[in-house]
Amino acid sequence: MNQTFIVVTIVAYLTSMGFYIRFLYAGKEFTGRIATILMLLGLAAHYVSLMVRARGTHTVPYHDLQGSMSLFGWLLGVTYLCLEIYHRQRTVGAFVLPVILAFFFTAYLVPDHPSAAATPHGVVFALHVTLSILAYAAFALSCVLSLMYLAEERFLRIRRLGDVVWRLPPLELLERMSHTSVLVGLITIAAGTALGFVAVDRLPGEPAYFDPKYVVTLLVLLLYAAYFQLARTAAWRGARASKLCVFNFVLVVLSFTVVNLYFSQHHRYF
Amino acid sequence: MELILVGLNFRTAPVEVRERVSFSKEQAQRAAEELRTKGILEETLVLSTCNRSEVYGVNPNASRESARALSAYLSGFHAVQPDKLNPSLYHHYDHDVVRHLFRVSAGLESMLLGEAEILGQVREAYLLAHESHATGPVLNRLFQAALEVGKRVRAETELGARPMGIASAGMKLAERIFGKLNDRSALVLGAGTISEQVISQLRDRGIGHLYLTNRSREKAEEFARQYNGKVIEWGQWDVALKLPDVIVTAVGALDPLLTKVMIEQAMSARGNRALFLMDLGMPRNIDPSVAGLYSVYLYSMEDLTEIVEQNRNARQSEVPKAEALVEEHIGKFISWQASMELTGLLEVLRDTLKERRAAFLNEKLSGVNHFNAQDREQIDGLMDELIERLLVRPAERLRAEREHRKKIQSVEAIRDLFLSDREKP
Repeated sequence: MNQTFIVVTIVAYLTSMGFYIRFLYAGKEFTGRIATILMLLGLAAHYVSLMVRARGTHTVPYHDLQGSMSLFGWLLGVTYLCLEIYHRQRTVGAFVLPVILAFFFTAYLVPDHPSAAATPHGVVFALHVTLSILAYAAFALSCVLSLMYLAEERFLRIRRLGDVVWRLPPLELLERMSHTSVLVGLITIAAGTALGFVAVDRLPGEPAYFDPKYVVTLLVLLLYAAYFQLARTAAWRGARASKLCVFNFVLVVLSFTVVNLYFSQHHRYF
Repeated sequence: MELILVGLNFRTAPVEVRERVSFSKEQAQRAAEELRTKGILEETLVLSTCNRSEVYGVNPNASRESARALSAYLSGFHAVQPDKLNPSLYHHYDHDVVRHLFRVSAGLESMLLGEAEILGQVREAYLLAHESHATGPVLNRLFQAALEVGKRVRAETELGARPMGIASAGMKLAERIFGKLNDRSALVLGAGTISEQVISQLRDRGIGHLYLTNRSREKAEEFARQYNGKVIEWGQWDVALKLPDVIVTAVGALDPLLTKVMIEQAMSARGNRALFLMDLGMPRNIDPSVAGLYSVYLYSMEDLTEIVEQNRNARQSEVPKAEALVEEHIGKFISWQASMELTGLLEVLRDTLKERRAAFLNEKLSGVNHFNAQDREQIDGLMDELIERLLVRPAERLRAEREHRKKIQSVEAIRDLFLSDREKP
């Protein structure tokens, strides 16, 4: 059963990506709408596949690395779609879908076994994890937008305008979209972290109030808050802020991989 | 031959001739009326733009003779000597008319390859002719198909996607940075022809605030009145430069007017918000080192010319796609034309065979006396039915033939087999 939904998800995402790329080149509204509809279909099938898998393993989708990565891809898609609707801008889809697909495929390539970490339960914990992953997805999206900004800015500066540059969103819109995405990330990571502390408090036995992950998460939060503030100042607005955004996401990736794997006691999904 | 076209365009005629042979709306209507009343054409349509004047017509006996009559009419209508006009005129017939119009509508025959305005001009010319009942079934069908071709070429190819003029390329670049320009401000330095082109482009894009400055304040004020702008005193750079998001310079000056220091100060005053500079002066009006400043995008005339050239090449690469669409629609139109022709042909075929049947029976039954009038009527009826069953009904099935080449071949075959001694319909 789940195989069917996985196949539907892959087909929908791939065809949606095809239409988004076509939209990027041709700029036809109809093509863009089809891309969005297919993306919606892909997200629906992806959601069902996550749920079916969770029921099959009798656990939540984020209990292991496979589930976490797949959920990350799904939340990235949802965040992007909200942004697309809010800013009425479809040209970013062609750049976001490969990231979603990469996470989706990688999720099904990694070994399928539950994490070694303690597995707390409950609504608070579920919200903590979901909000944290949503924050990472929003930061990933802002990274994609910032990279697009930097690439387009570079092409405009060196006056090399291929087919794609004429179709990309304006620099200022990319900047605004990135801000919105970071704002979503900041709110959700703040809420997710706070709920994480509540969840820790409810754990049986001696609660672990210190984990290197907390420090790194706090650092991520501070750096994104700094980005959010600096991106509006004279010295940083534009390319510098975009570079900072990309740098911040590198830290997020490190937090998600190296910190979880080697330093954290309670966030190890490997 | 049925369709006929006589016209001239920027390739065949110098601007002086084009100016004299252009039609106003009223003239186009009058010419169409006269051409029909004089019997030169049955249906007619005048397409007149700044780059072309063309008369499309339908005449069942369209020939080189009728093309000459049409040329003579144009010469008389515009009071231009035939020896001056005729070398500039081109004549097309039937399928060549269809191909020419479809290419015009697609923007393939435009001075600026792929330009969008021509489609609107074709539509306007068609509506004008249609409203004054100058067109009939053939031209209606032809121009509706031409409009469809134009739409499809613009929707399915990139022929008209990129800007081809210096000013429009500059505006498109500004939109790459700011998006829509309606909440932005622009400053134009200079009040010459290039400046006016840029101002016109800025206004077309709904620029929020337009500031103008020029050495001669009167000229700047004239532009300001015309384009609803605001004049800033020439030389007040500290005030002028911090206001706009777009600055365009097109001034004759030996040294750069805007130096790196001036733009640095302006950027500082505007909090490093992006600034788009278009230097259309020759020699350059803006110090080239300005391009290195943070959040400043400087494009010179040379840069923009190169971009326009790239765009021209990109458009050129779309021509085969557009031509394929044109050919597809020519096929459809010819097929429709063949269907129309088939209808007339079948009527003629039926009449011819009935005439031959009557002659045959008269000849064979002339000496037979035992058939009364009722018998003869019955024989006539039976033979008519036989003709219908054997010839006309199978021929009618050709209407349903989808392959237009086959349909045309069959029409020709019917003509050759049964109507070779008759005038073609």
